[in-house]
Amino acid sequence: MELTYREAVRRALMEEMERDERVFIMGEDVGAYGGSYAVTKGLLARFGPERVRDTPISEAAIAGAGIGAALGGLRPVVEIMSINFILPAADQLINGAAKIHYMFNGQFHVPLVVRTVNGGRRLAATHSQNLEVLFAFIPGLKVVTPASPADAYGLLKAAIRDPDPVLFVESALLYSMKGPVPDDPDFLVPLGQSLVRREGRDLTLVAHSRGVVVALEAAERLAAQGVEAEVVDLRTLRPLDMGPVLASVRKTGRVVIVGDDWQSYGVGAEIAARLAEEAFEALRGPVLRVGGAEVPMPYAANLERLALPQVDGVIRRAARLLEGDGAWLVR
Amino acid sequence: MATGDRVDLLERYQHGRHRELGLTDEDVRRMYEVMLLARRLDERMWILNRTGQAPFAISGQGHEAAQVGAAWALDRERDWIYPYYRDVALVLVWGLTPRDLMLQLLGKAADPSSGGRQMPNHFSSRRLRIAPQSSVVGTQIPQAAGTALASKLEGTGAVTLVTFGEGATAQGDFHEGVNFAAIHRLPVIFFCENNGYAISVPAEKELSVPDVADRALGYGIPGVTVDGNDPFEVYRVVREAVERARAGEGPSLIEAKTYRLLAHSSDDDDSTYRPREEVEAWRQRDPLPRLAAYLKEHGLADDADLQALEEQVRQQVDDATEHAQAAPYPRAEHLLDHVTGP
Ligand SMILES: Cc1ncc(C[n+]2csc(CCOP(=O)(O)OP(=O)(O)O)c2C)c(N)n1
Ligand SMILES: [Mg+2]
Repeated sequence: MELTYREAVRRALMEEMERDERVFIMGEDVGAYGGSYAVTKGLLARFGPERVRDTPISEAAIAGAGIGAALGGLRPVVEIMSINFILPAADQLINGAAKIHYMFNGQFHVPLVVRTVNGGRRLAATHSQNLEVLFAFIPGLKVVTPASPADAYGLLKAAIRDPDPVLFVESALLYSMKGPVPDDPDFLVPLGQSLVRREGRDLTLVAHSRGVVVALEAAERLAAQGVEAEVVDLRTLRPLDMGPVLASVRKTGRVVIVGDDWQSYGVGAEIAARLAEEAFEALRGPVLRVGGAEVPMPYAANLERLALPQVDGVIRRAARLLEGDGAWLVR
Repeated sequence: MATGDRVDLLERYQHGRHRELGLTDEDVRRMYEVMLLARRLDERMWILNRTGQAPFAISGQGHEAAQVGAAWALDRERDWIYPYYRDVALVLVWGLTPRDLMLQLLGKAADPSSGGRQMPNHFSSRRLRIAPQSSVVGTQIPQAAGTALASKLEGTGAVTLVTFGEGATAQGDFHEGVNFAAIHRLPVIFFCENNGYAISVPAEKELSVPDVADRALGYGIPGVTVDGNDPFEVYRVVREAVERARAGEGPSLIEAKTYRLLAHSSDDDDSTYRPREEVEAWRQRDPLPRLAAYLKEHGLADDADLQALEEQVRQQVDDATEHAQAAPYPRAEHLLDHVTGP
């Protein structure tokens, strides 16, 4: 069936709540309002206020109570309205959820899913960030960043059934994207599997979350000029599956990592290091990255455009990697 | 009721409550003027949003009396404010101009709050002692305690007023900030504009006590609930808090009960969670017509004066709009300025 990304998330929530009555939702405005991105619309009517619970503006309590409810035997799926507002909950997630299983020698599981949203436009510095990489740094947390409706659906179901805490980062800019979703309530996308989203022999583009859309658009434009780019969607940042990335780079020898966030210390830095460690001999040029300007996101439309990564940036780097052969790509 | 009380009430009525509070006729006229300016400016911002000229608008409509009453109790020449996004009227009293607010709405270079960098209604001015704002709810509260600490240590005598919604009082930052200020007896006033909702979530799901002011008990400071649509009452209770703060007696928590007349922001449809009859009932208590009636009743203005004021305010709003529309965007070469350093 054809669903939007938003509908895919909603459907996954609904089916998992039907499958397992321990699954419940809580967060700000998730009830009658249906979530500030309208993802939980209709769930209150279907499952009632015990399982779809509005909370006060208390991110630390949302995360902390989520941990406690998970320890108490439930399967909480909590919503943090935006990843920009997750920082008051960071201690609960980083020192709590991530460590409990290991630190207490495997006695406890924390099967908590924290759904949140990255991205945003014309909302400025404290409202448009992609902070998932902060959490991907932490052993013990799983960090999932779907970039298609099918992945949003299958990954969320897998996250809810997973015994470990999962930060599930949706993209505000992808909610209206449509795509095919299997009509199968047990369709799962296992956490920790990257996916080749487009095949190509000349160049590899690696991305996650909305970066995948930028990479696919760049690949489309490159194809029009006879360059075949392969696009690898990481889908899960931790655990990170390098398999498809390594296979692709061994084939193309050229790679650009497309990020929708700051580059320093980011996903691109990690991928570049892994490539240097594991596929150095396959590289025919430097590992390049595209990312946003290293500034807090400005509000003014013109500055925001400058601060965001652009498809042109991908094309320019592709041209550089294709050496003399690629100079023509940038008019 | 004793006879004495009745005489008292009668006097009050005849002479006007404002005089009893030490407010001059001119004060009251100015209060109304700022409230009206804030209202009309806010309305224009929504029009600019709805016509695609501003990507975002967030409203202070309905909160004007609370803000103006509080502002009037402070000293604009030395006190600090930590406003939140609904405080159009408060920052107008504090010296930001309609042009300033419109420039920020449209993200223009000359926006004095942020040079086009921060969202609308995230006010700031170092010159005017208007502290800068994050979008993350409640973060201003402990910061305000810190500014009050600085004033105390430096002996400036300044008081800090920090504002927020009732929803923000569920944040750890609120509880930590108030506790900190109470322990150190800091000259800060925690001013809650309680409009009954945090986006769609009603107060009974945000608070486990009837009033935000009840929270003061836990910190051993005064907590006062006041009709936020009555600027004089707000003025009275904030003035008391200011006196306490200046006397070194520490912080107070004031809760002004009010209502936002519009949706949470331009991205919100409040008809899904607020019954229309409730909104209508609060429209009947709109602080603007209420104060206009008071002005007329006490001979401070007549219909012609009010009409003239409307016209003058409309001109200011037109001027601000046109000025901001014509103003340039920030220049690209400034993108990287001020991340750190000078
Ligand atoms: C930490 C945090 N969580 C959530 C949000 C999203 N949000 C913005 S305003 C708001 C409601 C605030 O309600 P209240 O404090 O009562 O102020 P009001 O808007 O009603 O004036 C919410 C939940 C946020 N900005 N920051
Ligand atoms: Mg509120």
